[in-house]
Amino acid sequence: MRVVIDRSFVSDKTWERIEKVMSRYPEKRSALLQVLHIVQDEKGSLDFEAIKFIAKLFRLPPAEVYSVASFYTMYNLKPVGKYLIQVCTNISCLINEAEKIVEHIEKKLGIKVGETTPDGKFTLITVECLGSCGKAPAMMINKDYYENLTPEKVDQILDSLS
Amino acid sequence: MGEMKLLLANVDKPDSEKLETFRAAGGYERLRKALFEMKPEEIVEEVKKSGLRGRGGAGFPTGIKWGFIPKTDEPKYLVCNADEGEPGTFKDRVIIEKDPHLLLEGIAISAYAIGAHEAFIYIRGEYEYGAQVLEKAVEEAEAAGIIGKNALGSGYDIKITVHRGAGAYVCGEETALLNSLEGRRGHPRIRPPFPASKGLYQHPTIINNVETLASVPFIVDKGGDWYASLGTEKSKGTKLFSISGHVKKPGVYELVLGTPFEELLYDIAGGIREGHKLKAVIPGGSSTPMLRAEEIAGVLLDYESLQAAGSMLGSGAVIVMDDSTCIVKAVYRMAKFYEHESCGQCTPCREGTRWIVQILTRIMKGQGRMEDLDVLLDISEIMGGNCLCPLGDAALGPLVSGIKKFRDEFEYHIKHGTCPVGG
Repeated sequence: MRVVIDRSFVSDKTWERIEKVMSRYPEKRSALLQVLHIVQDEKGSLDFEAIKFIAKLFRLPPAEVYSVASFYTMYNLKPVGKYLIQVCTNISCLINEAEKIVEHIEKKLGIKVGETTPDGKFTLITVECLGSCGKAPAMMINKDYYENLTPEKVDQILDSLS
Repeated sequence: MGEMKLLLANVDKPDSEKLETFRAAGGYERLRKALFEMKPEEIVEEVKKSGLRGRGGAGFPTGIKWGFIPKTDEPKYLVCNADEGEPGTFKDRVIIEKDPHLLLEGIAISAYAIGAHEAFIYIRGEYEYGAQVLEKAVEEAEAAGIIGKNALGSGYDIKITVHRGAGAYVCGEETALLNSLEGRRGHPRIRPPFPASKGLYQHPTIINNVETLASVPFIVDKGGDWYASLGTEKSKGTKLFSISGHVKKPGVYELVLGTPFEELLYDIAGGIREGHKLKAVIPGGSSTPMLRAEEIAGVLLDYESLQAAGSMLGSGAVIVMDDSTCIVKAVYRMAKFYEHESCGQCTPCREGTRWIVQILTRIMKGQGRMEDLDVLLDISEIMGGNCLCPLGDAALGPLVSGIKKFRDEFEYHIKHGTCPVGG
């Protein structure tokens, strides 16, 4: 069956990244996780249109792609804010008062864990160990790490994001 | 014994991640030696002699693992496990970010040793910076003709690809990692067949941890006997320890195996923060049973000593908890982690981790019943050894040791509905 792929669904730059990564593996399907990342990098999250687009690239049923994407926590299957705040609350961060950091952000942004600010700027979630245990407590905003957090430091970081 | 810097020799240099820094320190000369002066089987032999054991947590002898690769003509693969996700562990990140070429050299030598022309680095998705550092290092090394087609002019091809995971602890388990690398859900596979005979794309595959592979160049350089002269009778070489929690100087330290636990805790990591006393440690990552403060006296940091003390060396992730820590809360938090990360494929783990969290939640809310503690231990007996992969057993490490060693604290929560240390 002929599959028509609408390249204009993504930017030229994203398309180049997709082509590069899909040619790197002995078997094409191995690139699936990478392509999910790349499309999410551009779109911010993976809606059903994105899943269908990726499914066509791999000649897989959309349900199969969705099943893979939904297994991994880093794929946002629902829209998130411009800045996704991911605070680690696992053991080393917990005993270094990560809960206070979460409470501080909740209060500052007026949202609870799992929610997005009404202006769509921030989404707050808690995550498992980020591998920053020596500089706990730690968080990730989008793909950047912030470590040795204090409420004051969190204020500075969040205030600097436009 | 004590500190010794092999793996960490370069990490504090300026521009440590660059090819020229690495080469100035003799980097890639071990690869040259391997490709031009050694047969693959000689390298396997040296690694066997060295006594090097898997540094990801399981501690399986690396040379023996390599020896399981069949001598057939089919494609073979090497996979570097950089899916560092065991809570408390942040040692591989240092090598990845600060000395990526050391890792690439280790991968290239090991690929040659097992007859693989293609290697993958499966790095956890959260380590985006590390993935970019590695990709840049691969580009640099390819452009310099060190890896890629005809590596160093030897006629041997070694292709290395950086592959990002996407947030699933279970993918650190090697067969789940392979499924993930094939573009599937990260479900562990039933073994046998083991990856050494049927791994990636059903071909022979070796999966080794970052630190394990980064140790290989030193074995090629100075010989297996030299490496085996470091450490104890059965625990050879140096090991990275990530120490976190309530110590003054948390961080990653490289120690000769067999160094006293108290030397790491008090001399190297600076001891417990002022005004507090040591309560417990988790010696090898959140999956390993915790030890009470008095239990670490005289214990050495090596595979056998920690096992004799009732725990495990694991990934070398030492989590230190002082007297401000509520053990019930710590156990509850780790239980939630394993519940979240259970892949759901097999019943004892999927159901067991959920029941554990439900019961611990009840205790945390002050609604626990005294018989809950025995129910939790019953669940652990049903889960133990009955899951497809080690995650189910891993979930029991903190739970069972926590209840057995701090039962009075759990009972206090149940009796009074509050925490004795205000956690």
